[in-house]
Amino acid sequence: MKDLTAALEERARPEGLAWLRETSAAVAADAAALRTKFAMVGRKVGREPLDPSADPADVWAWTVDDAARVLLLLAAGERAEAELAELYRFGDAAERRGVLRALAYLDIEDRGLGLVDDAIRTNDTRLIAAALGPYATKHLSDAQFDQAVIKCVFVGVPILGIDGLPERVTPDGARMLAAFVHERVAAGRDLPPEVWTVIDQYPSAEHIAAIEAELQSPFEDRRAAAERALSYRNVQEQNA
Amino acid sequence: MRIFDPHAHMTSRTTDDYEAMYASGVRALVEPAFWLGQPRTAVGSFIDYFNSLLGWERFRSGQFGIRHHCTIGLNPKEANDEALAREVIEVLPRFLAKDGVVAVGEIGFDAMTAAEEWAMKAQLELAVEFELPVLVHTPHRDKAHGTRKTIEMVIESGVKPEFVVIDHNNELTVKDVLDSGCWAGFSIYPGTKMDEYRMVRVAQEHGLERILVNSACDWGVSDPLKVRKTADAMAEAGFSADDIDRLVWRNPVEFFAQSGQLIIDDIEAPDLTATFEGSGVLRGER
Repeated sequence: MKDLTAALEERARPEGLAWLRETSAAVAADAAALRTKFAMVGRKVGREPLDPSADPADVWAWTVDDAARVLLLLAAGERAEAELAELYRFGDAAERRGVLRALAYLDIEDRGLGLVDDAIRTNDTRLIAAALGPYATKHLSDAQFDQAVIKCVFVGVPILGIDGLPERVTPDGARMLAAFVHERVAAGRDLPPEVWTVIDQYPSAEHIAAIEAELQSPFEDRRAAAERALSYRNVQEQNA
Repeated sequence: MRIFDPHAHMTSRTTDDYEAMYASGVRALVEPAFWLGQPRTAVGSFIDYFNSLLGWERFRSGQFGIRHHCTIGLNPKEANDEALAREVIEVLPRFLAKDGVVAVGEIGFDAMTAAEEWAMKAQLELAVEFELPVLVHTPHRDKAHGTRKTIEMVIESGVKPEFVVIDHNNELTVKDVLDSGCWAGFSIYPGTKMDEYRMVRVAQEHGLERILVNSACDWGVSDPLKVRKTADAMAEAGFSADDIDRLVWRNPVEFFAQSGQLIIDDIEAPDLTATFEGSGVLRGER
């Protein structure tokens, strides 16, 4: 929380910070104020990446409004929890991201898991990334976590940003990813190189052999895809 | 050419359409909330629809390089289910303060019933409360009379005329609308409400002040490239590039910027500062 405040103070405009202080006080007095104020954060405090060197297109990068929304929820104290579900239900994507990123800062045990689950089910890459922070690492079941990792690969969310990777993945998750590489190679297609950092936590001999067998495929595109996939693996190993 | 389509029902369009629109110059658009081709029966259907306008459709549009905004409102057709209409109007305030919600709409008349009138009044009051522009749909039937009645109600409600766009105009309604101080919208359709060649004549006769053109592009026979086709027809008829930019970009920006909730400050920024000084919308938001 101190980090968020400090980062915001460096990044947001003085009038934005003044609005945030004023609104935090209003929310502390009456948490219902969140229902109207939460939507206004972007235009009052800003929407740019919190880290000035971050790429605005990076779905993992926190934004100024993310940090401001987390601080507003913290300002509501114990009464924040009662507002969460409705803020999420009636929130646009930026508001939902704010709720999701706040979960790790709130004292709600696993009671925010339904929101994480909902966000992972969407195909909105920003929501999926916002859901997969430390709160998800702590509370998702192993199977849910593995599925979330695969989902990220499917929709194009770079997986190295997922909190808890690669340790949190299970042998079954590593196996599913290896099978997915095989499926892509057989289609002559690619997957991002970083999948190997997960796969090689628990290398599945069966699927890796199947990928290697594609090097002998009668089809040129499949041979080439297998070569690329395996070369990515070597690069990841050298980096490790 | 940069195009802002001020009325496009993208929920009913494919990704091919998004690609073609981007290629034609569309960089920003407004998707007005409307009905979905058949009546909804529960308020939850409206909530999910409004959320999809603010969430998924905005995300989808962004994937194709087009900034998506929306209007939120209860359309006149569904206003006739009175019990449901009350429930919908009750949830509207939760959506009207959002970034990217640039007007209340589409509201207006369909069959000019008492229920439609009640829903329109209630939503005009919300527009005043939230200081938002209003997008008004004119009836398909008995259009000239319905349009005049609409204008009267708007003026009575206390919404400033310059905060109102009255849409789906034709040769016979445009004068009343412009004389009232409201903006006049034209939906350019293949062969029905208005086409690009008739639109050129309207522009020659009435000028470009407070005029908007849109493709409407819903699930009926419609064409998401009609704004570009209108621009091309205008160029052919001798309108300058600056005139065309005014009609297909600066006019919609000027109208919807009045909401304070337009998010286009990071699109084509150098171009915008050069041509759109003094609005204050394009700076200071970020």
